[in-house]
Amino acid sequence: MNQTDDKIRCDACPVMCYIRPGMTGACDRYANENGLLVRVDPHVLLDRTLSQGGRIAAFAGASDSWSGEIFSGPERFVTAIGAGTTYPDYKPAPFIVSSQVDGVDTVTVVTEGIYSYCGVKLKIDTDRHLGAECAIVRAEGEPVGHITTGEYGSQMLSLGGVNHLTHGGKKEGRVTCQTLLDLCNGNPVELSVDGGATVIVEAGKPPIVNGGREQRMRVGCGSATIGMFARQWFGKVDEVVVVDDHITGVLSEHQAGKFLGARDTGIRMKGRRSTPGRYFHVAEPGTGWGGANISDPLEIVAGFNPKIAWPGMTMLMVSTTGEQHAFYQLNDQLQPIQQQLPEALRESVERVAENCEPALCTVLFMAGAGGSLRAGVTENPVRLTRSVRSALTTVTAGGAPVYVWPGGGITFMVDVSLLPKNAFGYVPTPAIVAPIEFTLRLDDYAALGGHIDEVRALSDVLALHAERPTNVFVDGAIQRAARG
Amino acid sequence: MRAQFAILPDGRRHFHDGPIDLIIEASGEAMAVAVAYDAAAERFATILDELCLELPRLRAASGARPEGVVARRMVDAVACFAGVRFVTPMAAVAGAVAEEVLAAMVGAAPLERAFVNNGGDIALHLAAEKGSDRPPAIPSPRSRGEGKGEGRFRLADASVRPTPPHPNPLPASGERESPRGEQNTFVVGLIARPDQPALFGKARITARDTARGVATSGWRGRSFSLGVADAVTVIAGGASLADAAATLIANAVDLPDHPAITRAPARSRDPQSDLGDRLVTLAVGPLSADEVATALDRGVTEARHWLARGRIAAAALSLNGRTRLVATDPSLYSFDQPSLAQEPHHALG
Repeated sequence: MNQTDDKIRCDACPVMCYIRPGMTGACDRYANENGLLVRVDPHVLLDRTLSQGGRIAAFAGASDSWSGEIFSGPERFVTAIGAGTTYPDYKPAPFIVSSQVDGVDTVTVVTEGIYSYCGVKLKIDTDRHLGAECAIVRAEGEPVGHITTGEYGSQMLSLGGVNHLTHGGKKEGRVTCQTLLDLCNGNPVELSVDGGATVIVEAGKPPIVNGGREQRMRVGCGSATIGMFARQWFGKVDEVVVVDDHITGVLSEHQAGKFLGARDTGIRMKGRRSTPGRYFHVAEPGTGWGGANISDPLEIVAGFNPKIAWPGMTMLMVSTTGEQHAFYQLNDQLQPIQQQLPEALRESVERVAENCEPALCTVLFMAGAGGSLRAGVTENPVRLTRSVRSALTTVTAGGAPVYVWPGGGITFMVDVSLLPKNAFGYVPTPAIVAPIEFTLRLDDYAALGGHIDEVRALSDVLALHAERPTNVFVDGAIQRAARG
Repeated sequence: MRAQFAILPDGRRHFHDGPIDLIIEASGEAMAVAVAYDAAAERFATILDELCLELPRLRAASGARPEGVVARRMVDAVACFAGVRFVTPMAAVAGAVAEEVLAAMVGAAPLERAFVNNGGDIALHLAAEKGSDRPPAIPSPRSRGEGKGEGRFRLADASVRPTPPHPNPLPASGERESPRGEQNTFVVGLIARPDQPALFGKARITARDTARGVATSGWRGRSFSLGVADAVTVIAGGASLADAAATLIANAVDLPDHPAITRAPARSRDPQSDLGDRLVTLAVGPLSADEVATALDRGVTEARHWLARGRIAAAALSLNGRTRLVATDPSLYSFDQPSLAQEPHHALG
């Protein structure tokens, strides 16, 4: 057993261990296997099916059976989670793995990117007013982003980005980094909006706005709700107002009501009439009914035309989620008096609620793979960009599909809920560390100047991960380099 | 950036660089905690490079005084144990790194408590009580171990104690146990194996104690051992002291020339080992109860030697399911089995 000549020197870190065959270096992460320096720590191999339950694939039972299909079926995919990065950047990425797909050799370049240019796009399903567009969003009192647009049933926030990470104060950068990290790793974060609400956001969970957990996403705008439920209301009540900060609907005036032959009720709404039965700006944005700043829906009713309205006329007011509703009857002075909701209408109100989807927060991580990261993939970084552009190279993040923005660079977005929990890390620069993989044909990889010498067979990588290091090597216990 | 910094789901930090993995937790005012974690990361980023600059010196039993702060912590720690037994500063490397990172945190912000766990070698911080004159920071190894405390401590040797089937005690994370109104306390759990995290022993360290370090050594661990102890856990003034002491006491738990023990020259396994051609333990076969007792006796003698000189506060020695405790104040260090009876205490001063 002459091992003296077989020891290799590891250059993964400055300790520069000499490692004998079958042994690991001081770190237990790199080992000498038959003269090759290999990495043996539990680099995450992601089994999509298992990961749905939040679990990572067991390392045992790995084989050559990977078909190369990344996203269909319970396939095993080498992710970049835990891959580490190399430094300086011109060193090849930690894992460059080859496999065969339909007889074609493919390569997956696996690394963890350190992103100074990154942030999250938040979609918060709520009708409640979180804040004005452009309002600053804060975490721990530090500005970390801003409100962007209102979208269907939800409000969009943009957090992070290089300016908050690097241009603000030191605390701003740190808090921004922490906020992004928490959101990406599936942890709850409390955000407060200047002049607006406080909201607790957690990927895949309902938002908590000013202490109240959001239940439902609106079934539609007020006008759409009228259209959807007009037939169920018609004949059971004389007037229906669906209260919505954006577009309040009025059944008797709405095309849907007219179509059914609804009688005019003489109702006069506040706000601005857009088209018949559709009113804008009936109140100010808020966290009350339908995302308006009202707790009494009658505040948006200016009155009733005495020439048209009649005593005994009935009116249902309901919010876009069905969570709030009130039933009224006009008295002899044509004043609406609240009454108990008739059973015949209860079902329709419940149906509004029933048709609402659960309110959730969704978190998309957005980042740009810069020149240095690309250099870990190829000696000619711009060719990688072109290869992604021309769809020769598939980009994934922790095995999850990404959307790559058109235009220059490799700027991508990924739904963080598709990655295993805690797939993201940080460096105190501050910047976020996130996994990224590039998959392409081996010949294409060679053509774009890839680190061909670093390519390893998938079977080798899987075999190394088949067990924890203690079982990788024969004769039981693996030996470790000494430290004292 | 080679070093990696991760936030664990419970908020603790995990730092990694080369062979170093730290688990860190700080508690106190939120802003202070954030500043402390930042300081830890900033300090950690260069530690490995600093150490590697002086590795040849640190792998030698003697030589010029090194330049690096961590290197000096290592040298100072093992200097406290200089004497008959062979030891190099590498015996204290894990503890010294933990201590240094903790010092950076405590120096950056006022913390109620904190720990830096470097693979089982743990540096602790407990804020001094109000009105206490105890310095909150980690005392340097040089200022410790002059036997000052011996008079008020009792020396006890709780003799052979049965332990669970997997006697490989590793200090668990600092468990919080801080009833309101009581003094700041760390409870360090001893777990038999990481994959079977059942506590079989606990050590309580309070702000009034001088102990701020916990370390474990044994042939089953990451580092080579010259002895046969499954694990020796030491509590001492600082993590570097505990680390060096654990290494030496574990080395002393030994049965020289026993046929059931497989050994090999350290350099045959690791070409750069600081242990040179000394025989390190690779495997331990069946041992009789008498042999276990003999080996543990040798370790206990070594532990008592350092205890009497104030270098350590306690040591728990474990071999083949037998554990012995050597401590200044055994009431602080408990084993959870109800069957464990305390041995009579021997007054020392």
